[in-house]
This record gives sequence, C-alpha cells and structure tokens, in this order.
Amino acid sequence: MGIITRNFANNLTTSGILKPSAFNNDSFDNVTSIPTGSVDSGSLKFISSQTASSANIEFTTGLDSTYKEYIFYFNNIHVAGDGDNFQFNLSSDGGTNYNVTKTTSNFRAQNSEGGSTLFSYNTGRDEAQSTGDQVIGTNLGTGNDEALCGYLKIFDPSSTTYVKHFVCTTQTNNTNNISEVTFVAGYANTTSAINAVKFLTSANAIQSGDIVLYGIN
Amino acid sequence: MSIALSIGNNLTTNGVFTASAVNNTSVTNVTDFASVVGGGNLKLLSTQTASASATIDFTSGIDGTYDTYVFKFINCHPATNDVNFQFNLSTDGGSSYNVTKTTTRFTALHSESDSPHASLQYESTRDLAQSTADKILLNGVGNGDDESCSGELILYNPSSTTFTKHFMARAVENRSDDTAEDAYGAGYANTTSAINAVRFLFGSGNIDEGIIKMYGVV
Repeated sequence: MGIITRNFANNLTTSGILKPSAFNNDSFDNVTSIPTGSVDSGSLKFISSQTASSANIEFTTGLDSTYKEYIFYFNNIHVAGDGDNFQFNLSSDGGTNYNVTKTTSNFRAQNSEGGSTLFSYNTGRDEAQSTGDQVIGTNLGTGNDEALCGYLKIFDPSSTTYVKHFVCTTQTNNTNNISEVTFVAGYANTTSAINAVKFLTSANAIQSGDIVLYGIN
Repeated sequence: MSIALSIGNNLTTNGVFTASAVNNTSVTNVTDFASVVGGGNLKLLSTQTASASATIDFTSGIDGTYDTYVFKFINCHPATNDVNFQFNLSTDGGSSYNVTKTTTRFTALHSESDSPHASLQYESTRDLAQSTADKILLNGVGNGDDESCSGELILYNPSSTTFTKHFMARAVENRSDDTAEDAYGAGYANTTSAINAVRFLFGSGNIDEGIIKMYGVV
C-alpha cells in the first residue's frame, strides 16, 4: 500500500490534479460512452467487419432501422477462380433466402494495360425483375496482386413503404490486365424490409479480403 | 480511510488507475477532449423531413467551416407523377435560387420489362449551359406508393470567393415508367460569390415525403 500511495502521489500535481501518468489506455476500459458533444464521433458508424474465410460473406445482423443509409466497403476482394464475377444478393428473411427481386443497371469503363479503352452499358450484367445475384465486378483475376475494391450503399433497407434503392461502384484489375470501374444501381422491388446481404463469386470462393459495414447517422 | 483503501484497490502498483476506477459516470462532466480527433469523416449538420413540402431549403450551416458538404436525400417521394427531382443554389441566403450553372448529366437505365431501356447515355436536354434554372438530379420520378428517389449531392468549397463552386451528384430512382435510373450530374456554379443556401424540389408538385441530411466533411 505504501508503494502504491507514493506512486499515486507522483501522479498528482501539487494542486491535486491528476497528471497524464495517472492513466493509461486500460484505465478507460469500462467507459463505453462519453457526454454528447465532448468528442465528435462522426456520422460514419462502424457496425461490423468480416474477413473472407469461406465461399460467401454474409451480413445477417446490423441491417435494421437504426440508420437510413448503410455502406459496405470492399477491401481487396481476391477470388479463387480466374474470371470469376463478384456479386451480391439481398434477403428479407434474415439470410434464409437471398432472392429479392431487383431491377438494376450496369455500366463500366475499361482501360487495358496496353491502352485499349471501352465505355459501355454492360448488357447481361443487369437485372430486370430478377431474383438472381447482381454482378458488381466482372472477370476478376487471380494473380497475386489482383483484387477488387469499392462500395455498395443501400438506402433505408428497413422501409416497409418504398422499394430499396442501392448504388455501387467497384474498381478491379480483371483477368485480362484491364483496369475496370463498374457502376451498378437499382432497386430491390419489395416493400418488405431488407435485413441481410450476401457477397459471393459466380463460381468459386472468396479467397481473401474483407468487407466492412457502416451505418450513416 | 475507507476511501483511501478503495482508491488503492483501483490503482496499479505504479499508481496508475485501473479500469475499475473510471466508468461512464466519471466522465459525465467532461465536455471536451481537446486532443481527441473525431472518429468520423462526416459530421451531421442538419436533417429535414418533407411532409407535403413545396421545397426543402438549407439556409444555414453552409459556410467556411467545412471545405466539402454532402447532402443525402433518402426516399424522396413526389406528390405528382413523372416529375424531375432537382436542386438550385443561392448566394443571398435563400432569398433567390438562381445561380448560373454549367453542368453535365449522364444516366444508365434499365426497365423492369428489360425493354425499352437498357442503356447508357449523355442527356443533352437535361444539362445546363450558363443557366440559372434548377439542376435535374433525377428524371421522371414516379409517385406510386412504393416509388421514390435517393442519392447524394456533394458541394465543394461553397464559401470560396475566388473560385467557381463545383458539385457532383449520384442518385437512383424507380421512374414512373418502372425503370431503374442511375443518374450522374456534375458541374459548377459559375460565380465567385459564396454559396450559402441550397434548395431541393420536384419540377412540379410537393415533396410528399422524404428526408434530406446535410453533412460537413471533417
């Protein structure tokens, strides 16, 4: 006790104010909230992060009425099969089924490492009242340095009045050494709440990468 | 003495507070952690909810505090069918919304029936060339019970008195003809006066429902 008392005294100023040495990061382990306005925590609220370890990445919790907008960020999604597409689907039953009807558009801009360019609507990668998976990245390469990054935003997934709009942009170096940016948008044509999202490839597993879910306050 | 003993139980042998010494109540009176950097890159400035509103105007909060402002519009539902969702800018605090703009617009369309729309196009009739008119964000929004539009508008450095004011928008809707529209708009307000108010509206009729949030980018 004597040693502690002396060391504690060393952590006080002569006015009895606690000095920085009185605290370390462990001291605040039990503080889970702070007064409103004391720290600007921002409006981008981390909800969860998943690292690829199986065929699919599913978010079955955290999508609710807490936020009006949710964002999934894709960080270096690396596929197991050369030429696989990266895609997603939605669920209104907590992830039991991923088969929500969607109408979407899809276009892309390409520039190959050799300088060949393309800017076009991506027919065959869109959906017209389809329950199929929505492609958001095509012909991904499996080279050690090849991956996909981007985001998917879903607006007001818990609405039971309106269809659910989403927008998505991804960037990848595809299997043909092409830089490709893909723009997808559309709506889940349902008034049921969307409460789960699955990310997967068209054929093989997601070998590595992580997906982070945020809510926008 | 009992307090001293309790304190002792909450200290390491080096006199550092353990976790048991501090809880949420301990910091109730702390109103500023001066050295703590905010945890997010968006700061919510204001939220407006439409209820049969002719327009939604942001007439305060757009100043030199932030370099970039983001407006997010979520499920804006028109009272009138097949109307454009649009915005305009003001340099006089909202007395008039008539800033000269030059803009671009392109869209990707896909109809629920897979026809007639599955296309990507520049929309030359919906851009602006030195016009004070409203800038179209989305074309032909439907007013069916489940139809609406959502998206965001980014306004850069509105308080500059040196440069024109650039903006970019991306928005999505289900149109009145049951088509998904992914719309991109960008351009600049061709003025060196500060922009200090923004108005959102439909081309005709009220904003029946909808939420628009304004953020500053930290």
